[in-house]
Amino acid sequence: MVGKRVMAVASGGGHWIQLMRLRPALGGNDLCFVCTDASAEKSVQGERFHVVADANRTTVFKMALLLLQIFFQVMRFRPEVVITTGAAPGYWACRFGRLFGARTLWIDSVANAGALSMSGQKAGKVVDFWLTQWEHLAETDGPEFRGSVL
Amino acid sequence: MIFLTVGTQLPFDRLVRETDEWFGAHPDFEFFAQIGDSEFQPKHMPFERILTADDVRQRMEEANLIIAHAGMGTVISALRMGKPLLIMPRQCKFGEQRNDHQLATAEAFRRWPNIFVAMDETEIAARLDELTPVRSFEGDPLGPHASPSLLTAIRDFIGEGEKE
Repeated sequence: MVGKRVMAVASGGGHWIQLMRLRPALGGNDLCFVCTDASAEKSVQGERFHVVADANRTTVFKMALLLLQIFFQVMRFRPEVVITTGAAPGYWACRFGRLFGARTLWIDSVANAGALSMSGQKAGKVVDFWLTQWEHLAETDGPEFRGSVL
Repeated sequence: MIFLTVGTQLPFDRLVRETDEWFGAHPDFEFFAQIGDSEFQPKHMPFERILTADDVRQRMEEANLIIAHAGMGTVISALRMGKPLLIMPRQCKFGEQRNDHQLATAEAFRRWPNIFVAMDETEIAARLDELTPVRSFEGDPLGPHASPSLLTAIRDFIGEGEKE
């Protein structure tokens, strides 16, 4: 297989729809998609796809499960690059991916037009490349703006 | 047809109630609502609590105006289909969302063509008065992919390791 092992991660709904709009940039690589919504699989037929728990800060048990699931998927796939449009599963994929030597890219959701999301701010400190989709949120010591999914 | 959809995650009574009241006063319009967990039961609009993703898609295709929360899934889908959209942000203090990011999303999309914004329920009736009879979509529907500059940035980032 030419290209790199790229793990592409997003929560269901808006995050996933944004990730799908990035697909032309992922072509030519060995891909592994991860989402919290099982029905997302039909939009990436023929590709590796794994479902993980839909967790947030208020669901401690699910968050622990999500963490284990992401750890397991990263161990198994050993991505060279992790790309995510958020939220929690993308954050953990970046953390664990990095542990195993992957380069990581966080694209903060276009929904976050007023300030970065909480997971986006945390992720910014640990990823190699940190992007916001709003020009007015770009900062020298913060995320860069390089365009949006729209 | 005007289609109101609020997703399945959390209730959005303010939007459902206000839209239903407006429709009550304008029975000549055809409309349909998907109200999720909302407690308020529409008195005027035909509605379902939950629709499958395919049914939501079909209702959106049939609609000539979509009313929804300020979520990116709905915004992107509506723009892709070339449907004008009226959005209202969910707010944390009403138990409609875990945080208030939709306020900023709604504010940011005010300047976009084809997206109309009611910041809260008191603006719904005025927006619907302005938007009916339903106007057609301005320009072309949104394309299938992100901006070329973002795609290039991502492609370059993935390829970077090869230089070493």
